Amino acid sequence: MFRRIVEAARGVSFEFEGETVRAVEGETVAAALLAHGVGHLRDSAVTGEPRQAFCLIGACFECLVEIDGRAGRQACMTVAREGMRVRRGGSACAERSR
Amino acid sequence: MSTDVDIAVIGAGPAGMTAASTAAEAGLSCVLLDEQAEPGGQIYRAIERLAARGERFAEILGEDYARGAAIAQRFRQSGAVCQAGVQVFDLDADGVLGLIADEGARWIRARRVIVAAGAQERPVPVPGWTLPGVMSLGSAQTLLKSAAMVSDVPTVIAGSGPLLYLAATQLIEAGARIEAVLDTMPRERYLAAAAGLPRALMAGGELRKGLAWKRRLKNSGVRYLSNADAIAIAGEGRVTGLRARVGHRDMDFACSLVLLHEGVVPNVQLAMVAGARHDHDGLQACWRPVLDPFGRTTVANILVAGDAGGIGGAELAAAEGELAACAAAYDLGCIGEREFERRTRVPQALVRRKKPLRRFLDTLFRPRDEVLVPPGDDTIVCRCEEVTAGELRRIAALGCTGPNQSKAFSRAGMGPCQGRMCALTISHLLAAAHDRDPAHTGHLRLRPPVKPVTVGQMAGAPDDA
Repeated sequence: MFRRIVEAARGVSFEFEGETVRAVEGETVAAALLAHGVGHLRDSAVTGEPRQAFCLIGACFECLVEIDGRAGRQACMTVAREGMRVRRGGSACAERSR
Repeated sequence: MSTDVDIAVIGAGPAGMTAASTAAEAGLSCVLLDEQAEPGGQIYRAIERLAARGERFAEILGEDYARGAAIAQRFRQSGAVCQAGVQVFDLDADGVLGLIADEGARWIRARRVIVAAGAQERPVPVPGWTLPGVMSLGSAQTLLKSAAMVSDVPTVIAGSGPLLYLAATQLIEAGARIEAVLDTMPRERYLAAAAGLPRALMAGGELRKGLAWKRRLKNSGVRYLSNADAIAIAGEGRVTGLRARVGHRDMDFACSLVLLHEGVVPNVQLAMVAGARHDHDGLQACWRPVLDPFGRTTVANILVAGDAGGIGGAELAAAEGELAACAAAYDLGCIGEREFERRTRVPQALVRRKKPLRRFLDTLFRPRDEVLVPPGDDTIVCRCEEVTAGELRRIAALGCTGPNQSKAFSRAGMGPCQGRMCALTISHLLAAAHDRDPAHTGHLRLRPPVKPVTVGQMAGAPDDA
C-alpha cells in the first residue's frame, strides 16, 4: 500500500501473523506493515469488521495489535524491534489471551 | 508526594520545545514529555533525522518544515530533560502527572504544567470511513515525514483546509500515486472570507505561501476538482472506490486508498481532565480552553500553549510556548516583572500580528454542516463502539440532550479512543437535533486514564505519596 522513497541500510525483522515483515530501523510497527501491504490490523469489537490504522498519531486506536503476548498495543506508537511477534488485534485476539 | 520538577511540559512540538527551552534557560528544572520516540511533534515529526535523508527529501517537505530543526536544536542545548516514548494518562490540578512508559506507570509532580499537546485532525464521519483503505491525510503526511513512505496504490484525497494543499503537494512531489484531489471547500466561502482578506495579507507571508501551494497542486498534473461534497466511500471489507458530488454532478473514482481531511482541532484531553474550563469556539467548531493572554488556564498550576489551546499553526505555537514558560517562570518567582515584560514583548507582538490571518482562514475553511453532523443515518459516528448517526438521532428524539447521557444510552465515546474520534460529532449532532448551540449541549466528560493503562502497570508503579 505504501513504498519507501529513501532506503536505509539498517533494518529489523518481526513477525506478523506468522509472516516475516522487514522494517527500517526506527520505523513503527504500523508503518512497516503498511509498507508490507498489510492494512487490516484489528477486528472491531462489536461487529468484528476489519479495521485499518486511521490517524497514525495515537488518537484513533484503530491499530491496536497484540505484541509479544500483550494485547491492546498501538502499532503506530510502537517502534519495530527485531524478533517481535505481532498478531492482529480485536475480539479474536482477546479470546486467544484467555 | 514530593515535587520532582519545576516545570513539566507535555508535547514536543513547536510550543512544547520552545516552552521547555525558555523554562530551562531561565534556570528552572524542566522535563519535556512526549509519547513519540523523538521530539518534533506532528508538524516537525522526525525533524532530527532530516539532515540524514538527503536534499531531495528536504526539498519535498519544504523550508517551513526545516525550520523545526533550529527549535529542536535550541531545546537540546537548553538543559531541559527530554523524555520521549512516555504517555501522560492523567493530569490533576495539583500538577501531578500519571505517566506510562515501557517499564510501567509512575507519577511525577511539577510546580507548573504546560500542556502543549497539539492538535489532531477533525473526525470526518462519511459513509464508509471505517473501511480498511481509509486514512486521514495527516497520517499519509506522517508516513512521509517519519518513514519516508508514499502510497503506491490508486489514492484519492478529499477534504479542505490549508493542510490539504500543502500535504497533497508534498505527497505528489514525493511520488505518491494520487489519482485525484477533491477540494470540499464551498465556493461561496471566498465571499464570506473576503472582508478579512486585507488584514490577513498584512499578517505575514503565510497567505501567499498557501496560495503558492495551491498553485503547485493545480500545476502538478494531478486531477484537482473544487466544490466537491457528499463524499461516500465504497467497498466490501476494503476500499474500492469513492463517490462525490462535484458541482451538480455525481462522480465515481476507483481507488484503493482514500485520504480524508477537514482541518485540525485542539487535543483537549489533558487540560479537560485537569479541570480547566473549556468553551465552544463557533468559528473553529471545537472546544478550546479558556486562557489568559499568556496561556494560564482556569486551574492555577496548569497552562496551555500552541494548538492545544486553539488552532494557530506552528509559528504561533512557538510564540505561545515562549509566553507560557515566561508566565510560569514569573509565577514561580524565577523572573521579575521587568524581565517578564522584556521577554514577552516579541512573542506577544507576533500573536497580535497573526490573529487576523487566523480569522480569515477559519472563515474560509469552516467545516461544512455535513462534516459536523453526518446527514446519513447509517454513517458511523463512534468508530470504537460502532454507533451510527441514526442511533444517536433516535436517542436524541427520546429526549437525550447531552453527550454524557447519550454515552450511557449507546456507549458512544466509551471505547479505547475515549471520544477523540467522535466527541465533536456527538455534541454537534445532539445540538442540531435539539436546535441548540453546541456550547449549551456541552462536551463529553473526560476522565482519566486518557490513555489505556493496564492494572499491572498501575500496580507496579512506584509511588511515594
